[in-house]
Amino acid sequence: MPPILTSLIVLGVIGLIAGVLLYVAAKKFHVYEDPRIGEVEELLPGANCGGCGLTGCHAFAVQAATADTLEGLSCTGVDEAGMNRIAEIVGLKAAPARKRKAIIKCSLSCEVRDPRNVYDGIRSCAVEASLYQGESDCVYGCLGCGDCVRACPFDAMSIKPGDSLPTVDLSKCVGCGKCVAACPRHLVELYDYDPARPMVWVACSNRDRGPVAMKECTVACIGCGICKKKCTHDAITITSFLAHIDSSKCVGCGECIDPCPRHSIATNQRKRTPAESN
Amino acid sequence: MKTFHKGGIHPNPDKITADIPTMPVAAPSVCRLMLSQAIGAPAKPLVKPGDSVTAGQMVAEAGGFVSAPVHTPVSGTVKKIEAIRNPQGMWQDAIIIETATGEQPEAQSEEKRQHRTIEEVTPKEIIDIVGRAGIVGLGGATFPTRVKLSVPAGKKAEVIVINGAECEPYLTCDDRLMQENPDAIVNGTLLIMKATDCPRAIIGIEENKPLAIEAMRHAVRDIPSITVEVLVKKYPQGSEKQLIEATTGRVVPAGGLPIDAGAIVDNVATAAAISDAVLLDLPLTSRIVTVTGPTLKKPGNFLVPLGTPISALIELAGGLPEDTGKVIGGGPMMGRAMCDLEAPTTKGLSGVLILPHDMSIRAQAGPCIRCARCVSVCPMGLEPYLLMTLGELGRWEEAKARGAANCLECGCCSYTCPASRPLLDYIRLDKMEIRKL
Repeated sequence: MPPILTSLIVLGVIGLIAGVLLYVAAKKFHVYEDPRIGEVEELLPGANCGGCGLTGCHAFAVQAATADTLEGLSCTGVDEAGMNRIAEIVGLKAAPARKRKAIIKCSLSCEVRDPRNVYDGIRSCAVEASLYQGESDCVYGCLGCGDCVRACPFDAMSIKPGDSLPTVDLSKCVGCGKCVAACPRHLVELYDYDPARPMVWVACSNRDRGPVAMKECTVACIGCGICKKKCTHDAITITSFLAHIDSSKCVGCGECIDPCPRHSIATNQRKRTPAESN
Repeated sequence: MKTFHKGGIHPNPDKITADIPTMPVAAPSVCRLMLSQAIGAPAKPLVKPGDSVTAGQMVAEAGGFVSAPVHTPVSGTVKKIEAIRNPQGMWQDAIIIETATGEQPEAQSEEKRQHRTIEEVTPKEIIDIVGRAGIVGLGGATFPTRVKLSVPAGKKAEVIVINGAECEPYLTCDDRLMQENPDAIVNGTLLIMKATDCPRAIIGIEENKPLAIEAMRHAVRDIPSITVEVLVKKYPQGSEKQLIEATTGRVVPAGGLPIDAGAIVDNVATAAAISDAVLLDLPLTSRIVTVTGPTLKKPGNFLVPLGTPISALIELAGGLPEDTGKVIGGGPMMGRAMCDLEAPTTKGLSGVLILPHDMSIRAQAGPCIRCARCVSVCPMGLEPYLLMTLGELGRWEEAKARGAANCLECGCCSYTCPASRPLLDYIRLDKMEIRKL
C-alpha cells in the first residue's frame, strides 16, 4: 500500500471520529438561546456605547427579549422605525425615548482665545486637566486635545484642522453620552433634540466674575442676565456668573441669541456670526 | 555607604548654586499669602480687609485636622481676601497684604517673643507650638508637621530620620541650610525626638554634599543619640520611604505610613523651622528657595518671605533669560512647569528652575518596546508601562489592583524610557481617578 493511502485512511478515520464526537457534544451540551436576541442584535448599531444604560448591545438585546415592557428601554443609536421593528420582533410596544444630542458649552478654541502658555505634553485632555489650567487663562474652557473625539463610537465628533474646538455632527450623534463622560472639563451636555426645533445653548462654561471672564475670553458669558430677561419660557437660570438653558423648557425661539452682548449663545440653526468670524 | 535597594536613577546633579550663600530677600511691597499652603484643608482667614497686621501674626488658622495656619512675614494692612492664580493657574483664595513702608519685622516682634530651652518644654507643648507656628514639611510635600509628630496610639517612634538627601538635581536649599545653620537643624531634631519620645535620630545626607556632611558632623559631635549617615547619590533618595530604607534598613509596608515602620521623617528645613518656632518663638514666614538654571545670570539661594511673587525672585537672579522654555516650581524631576510667574511663594516651593527652550521640549513619544527599563528603575516596584496603558484605556480598577496608588510620582520611569513615553502623566491620571472610585 503506498504511504499516501495510509495517511489518507488514518486522517480520514480521525476526522470521522472527531466529527461524531463534535456532533454528540453539540447535541448534549446545546444551550437554547431565544432566536429573537440575535434578530434584535442585528438591528442594533453594535457600538456598545452604553447609551441605553446597559453594558452593550448584546445585553440590550437580551433585556429586550426577556422584558415585559420596553418602557425605559430604548437604544439611542437606532431611529424610530428601528425601535418599532425591534418592538415587533419581541412582541411589545415601543416606548418613544427622549432624543438627545451632544452640545459643547465652549465657544472658542485655544487658537482664538489668547494663549498664555504652550502645552507640549501628551495629547490627552484628561492628562492636561490634571496638570494645570490649560493654554489660555480660562480654566473652564475646552482644552482641544480631543478626548471626546476619541470617545465617540459613532464618529460624530471632529476637530477641524486649524481649530481645536470639537464640532458635533448632529446627523451622526445619537446622544449616547460617551463624550460627556470623557470631557474632564464637563463641557458636553446632552440636549433634547427635535428636528423641527432649533437647539439653543449657552456655549460657555466660565464661572468667573464678569471682569475676570471678559479678560480671559472674548465670548465668555458674564452672567449679565439679559438672556434671562428676554426668555419668555423661563428656561434660563444663572448660577456662578454663568447662564444655562434648560433644554426641556426651551422652545428654540432664539430670542436670547442676538441680545447677548457677549455672543455666548449658540444655535444649530445658523452660523454664529460676530464671534466666529473675528 | 548605604542606599535604598529597589530601582532609582542617577540624573546629572547640576548643583550649580551649592557654593552660593543664602541671601535674604526684602519683603515685597504687596504680600499675597495663599490660604492653601499645606496638604489638607485650606486655612481659614482670621483677618478682614482693612485690618492692620504685624509681622509674625497669624492671619489664617488651620481649617481642619490636616491643615496648617498661615502667618504674615510683613507688617501692613490687609487689602483684600480674594482668589488669585496659583503657579498652575488655578484659582485659590489668598490674603493680600500691603506692606507698611520702612518697617523691620524682626525688631517689631522681638519684645513679645518668648524664648524657651529644649529642657523646659514638654512634648505636648512642642507639638502645640509646631501646630501654631504653621510648620509643614518643607521638602515640598507640605504635610502639616503637627500631625506627623502626633504619634497615633499603639504606634511607637523608634527612630527619627532627618532628610538632608536633597536628591533632586539643581536644588541646593537644604545643602545651604545644613552648611549655614546646622545647629538649628540639630536643635530641631532634639525637639522632634522629645516630642515623639524617640531615643535616636539619623541625619541622612547624600555623598555629593561634603561641606554639609562636615558641618552636620561637627554640630552633632557631642550628641551620641544623633548620627550623620552618608548615603550613595541616587534619586529618589529624598523620598520618605526610600530614605527610611537607606538609613535604617526598615521597609514601610505598601500603603502604610513611616510610623508603621517605627520611623518619622522630617526635612532638615522642617527641623530648623521647628527649632525657630519652639526656641525663638518665630512662626514659619519664610523659606529658602533655590533660583537656578543653566542660562540664568545670577543663580542663587534666597531666604524668601512667603507671599513674594516668583517673578521678583527671578529678577533677583538676573532676570528671565531670552531663550527660556519653561519655569519649573521645584526640581526638574518632580517639579511642575508654572504658567503664572506672578504667583506667590508658598511653603512648599523649594526651587525655581529656569530651563532654556532646547532643554525643556518633550521628545516625541514612540511605541513601547517592552524593554522594562521603567520596571527596573521604579523604586516602588511597580510596572509603569502597564499602569500607563491601563490609564490610557481608563481601566482604573485594574490600575488600583496593580498598585498605582503607591506611585511616588518621582518620574524615574519617564526619565529612563528610551521611547520617551509619558508614563508618569498617565500614572498621575490613574491616581487621580482611583481617588474618585
